[in-house]
Amino acid sequence: MTRFFAWAAFLLGSLFFLLPLIGMTEFSLKARRGEYSFDAYMRVFEDQRFWDTFSYSLILAAATIVVGVFLVVPTAYWVRLKLPQARPVIEFITLLPLVIPAIVIVFGYIRLYNTSSFLPMTGSALGTDILLTMGYTTLALPYMYRSVDTGLRTIDVGTLTEAAQSLGAGWVTILARIILPNVMVAVLSGAFLTLAIVLGEFTMAALLNRPAFGPYMQLLGANRAYEPPALAVIAFAITWGCMGLMQLVTRLSKHERAKA
Amino acid sequence: MSFLTLTHLEKTFGQNRVVKDFSLSIAKGEFISLLGPSGCGKTTVLRMVAGFETPTSGGITIDGRDVTGLRANARNIGMMFQAYALFPNMTVADNVGFGLKVKGAPRAEREARVAEMLKLIGLSDLGGRFPFQLSGGQQQRVALARALAPRPSVLLLDEPLSALDAKVRVSLRNEIRQIQQELGITTIFVTHDQEEAMSISDRIVVMNGGVADQVGAPFDIYNRPRTRFVANFVGTLNTFDVQVTDPAQGRVTLAGQSLTLPDAPLASSVGQTLSVALRPEALRLGRLPDAEALLTARVTDVHFMGSVIRLKAEMAGALVSLDTFNRPDAPPPVVGSEVEVSLSGRDFIVLQG
Amino acid sequence: MPEDPSAPRLRHKWRMPVEWLGIVPFLLFALLFLILPTMKIVVGAFQTPEGAFTLQNLADLNTDSIRSAYWTSIRLSLITALLGCAIGFAMAAAVVFGGLPKGIRSPLLTFSGVASNFAGVPLAFAFIATLGPVGLITVWLRTEFGINLRAMGFNLLSFNGLVITYLFFQIPLMILIIIPALDGLKREWREAAEVLGATGAQYWRMVALPILFPSLLGTFALLFANAFGAVATAFALTGPQLNIVPIKLFAQIRGDVLGNPNLGYALAFGMIVITALANFLYIWLRVRSERWLK
Repeated sequence: MTRFFAWAAFLLGSLFFLLPLIGMTEFSLKARRGEYSFDAYMRVFEDQRFWDTFSYSLILAAATIVVGVFLVVPTAYWVRLKLPQARPVIEFITLLPLVIPAIVIVFGYIRLYNTSSFLPMTGSALGTDILLTMGYTTLALPYMYRSVDTGLRTIDVGTLTEAAQSLGAGWVTILARIILPNVMVAVLSGAFLTLAIVLGEFTMAALLNRPAFGPYMQLLGANRAYEPPALAVIAFAITWGCMGLMQLVTRLSKHERAKA
Repeated sequence: MSFLTLTHLEKTFGQNRVVKDFSLSIAKGEFISLLGPSGCGKTTVLRMVAGFETPTSGGITIDGRDVTGLRANARNIGMMFQAYALFPNMTVADNVGFGLKVKGAPRAEREARVAEMLKLIGLSDLGGRFPFQLSGGQQQRVALARALAPRPSVLLLDEPLSALDAKVRVSLRNEIRQIQQELGITTIFVTHDQEEAMSISDRIVVMNGGVADQVGAPFDIYNRPRTRFVANFVGTLNTFDVQVTDPAQGRVTLAGQSLTLPDAPLASSVGQTLSVALRPEALRLGRLPDAEALLTARVTDVHFMGSVIRLKAEMAGALVSLDTFNRPDAPPPVVGSEVEVSLSGRDFIVLQG
Repeated sequence: MPEDPSAPRLRHKWRMPVEWLGIVPFLLFALLFLILPTMKIVVGAFQTPEGAFTLQNLADLNTDSIRSAYWTSIRLSLITALLGCAIGFAMAAAVVFGGLPKGIRSPLLTFSGVASNFAGVPLAFAFIATLGPVGLITVWLRTEFGINLRAMGFNLLSFNGLVITYLFFQIPLMILIIIPALDGLKREWREAAEVLGATGAQYWRMVALPILFPSLLGTFALLFANAFGAVATAFALTGPQLNIVPIKLFAQIRGDVLGNPNLGYALAFGMIVITALANFLYIWLRVRSERWLK
């Protein structure tokens, strides 16, 4: 009886998730009348803007990951080591991006850092790119911080630090050579999640008027019929790839630890 | 008149026969322990009585009622688990009152019963606490009260002491036994700790590989173990090979000394070798008048354990353990010294299998 | 050894700021890119374009169009959060307790990780290709069964269509969060309840659900905020015409469609207030329900 309902719940749920995936795949193959073809994909890949926006978003994702790591790892480490009393404050801040909608944050950016402000970041392309990177870092902050903090919990931060200090290591050495390698799995899994978020992000890039992948997809969707589902298939594959890499990293590290 | 009967119980998980042809009948008010190493099937037997597992074959009756096909919530059974089975979202009082609440007992009756139970376990002041605010021992006492509150016909204890530290374990087990006798409730207690089982049980079932090797009072299990497994599991054992000289009279020789075994007549012929065993306390230090034989031994190790001193010694070509009581006026023998050991054939256990 | 009683306190006072220096970069980042921008919105909502204090912006929100936008957004978020929680819970419970093969658990978790991040523009494309006017299911129902979804009043580019689309990321998010919580339910609790005479329903009502309540509530608040702030999916699905708050704000930021820049602040401020309220409600209920936790 229980098992019947369990199967029913699971199968109905799976159907709901599979149908749109089947739908977009089937539609993306119908660009040629009367037969299945990869024409839509060919056209997407032949479009220079696809490559331009995709590589732009990729670069921004890389920058976001770097900024995020430099911001989160030392902070999480320091809070665990010396400032446990700051933990509630930090955790509250890292959870804010889940509560304040991205559109509100980027609205604030536009008004705060416009050309006539104290920090006119939106005045130049580079400035806007930096601002967008900071925005993405904010969006990724809850996931990145959680991931790294959980990673730090599994190692004895205090003992490792004291051991390194007794051997004469400075703070930079400790962070780069001791702490970072030990939370590498957490950092990488946070990084892949960040990649997935940044590649698909639309709101911030669109409102800051930057040529990112998200706004490109939206633009194509408004003007074409068969390319959008092809893009959706590509985006889904990318997301799946990011999540797969995330799991792979975790699994490999477990394997390493088991061997040790 | 048996109150709880298990007849030819069998349980298989996949290809694995976990419980094999297990029969037992338990009298009303009796305290029975299922004793054995992990994986011997004792917990599975308990879970079948509780109703969490359905027997592959065989039957269970409680007070004449066949409960084999009944669900756990229809059996009126009380159960204590290993640890942490209190509902964390309820106070101590709500935990204890849970069984009555789900049965729809009126509030006043429930509160009276909860107060009575808390008094029984000596935690009357802690009714408003949450489980996380209690020590492990207190939590298990609350678990006992919760199990007893709905007046179950049978109490099942699934290693309830194993997560506690040594001192609490001893005091709580005495408390459980005392309450059990006070209420006269039929109880099955699962444990892998032989000392625990022997100290509180009316009868012990020693289980091995899914079958009951031996059922008996603690005294019999310890002193008259029927198999080598039982003998080894319920205590330390010294084993010797002896030669049969007179099977009819049960006479054998060990290192030139003649001894009379208790289980005469022996089912063996003259000159045959027999495997026998002795408990450490049956080897007695010194020359005793009532002993059948006297051997010399060389002390190789001395463990002072307080009231008891355990010696290791070489005797009759074997390494033996030997227990003697501490005496404030006589220090124990030193390592390397020779001692005289008295022993009697009636203390020997003849091992089968 | 005589010791100056004030010495340790002095040292303590001196040490404090040095240790706090370690998190200054983080706090600076949070201030510049999270807190100040938000404050800018909050303050702007109470200012005239000239910078004077006013409540007029908030009062101006009280138009039919804006009121209905908020109401639609709140309904959309509530319904998708509720359905997401309910369906996600059912699927998670099916996998954890329903006796399904163990092999489907790990793929479900992986898929949920992917699907909960597969939001925004491509998700809209997927649903258009499936339930849109010429989508797979729409066409299939019409040609095979003669069922015309459109004639029956279903339109993907509507409130109901948006609900269905949002569920695609809401349900997996619920599954991701609730499966570990379900794993935390100890078998002993269930067995203890059962042996004490409780039915399955009584166990869920009196033991399991109260224990899960904080997780359920937290996930609900998260799903609510998730749907309330979502722009891309709705925008790609319906374009700028659908009347929900984030789309309205998006249009306002791009082109000041409201004709009053500071009304935009008020609109955004309203969004913060609603998600903050949802979260304070969650925190308050959680504190009340978690007296039994350390």
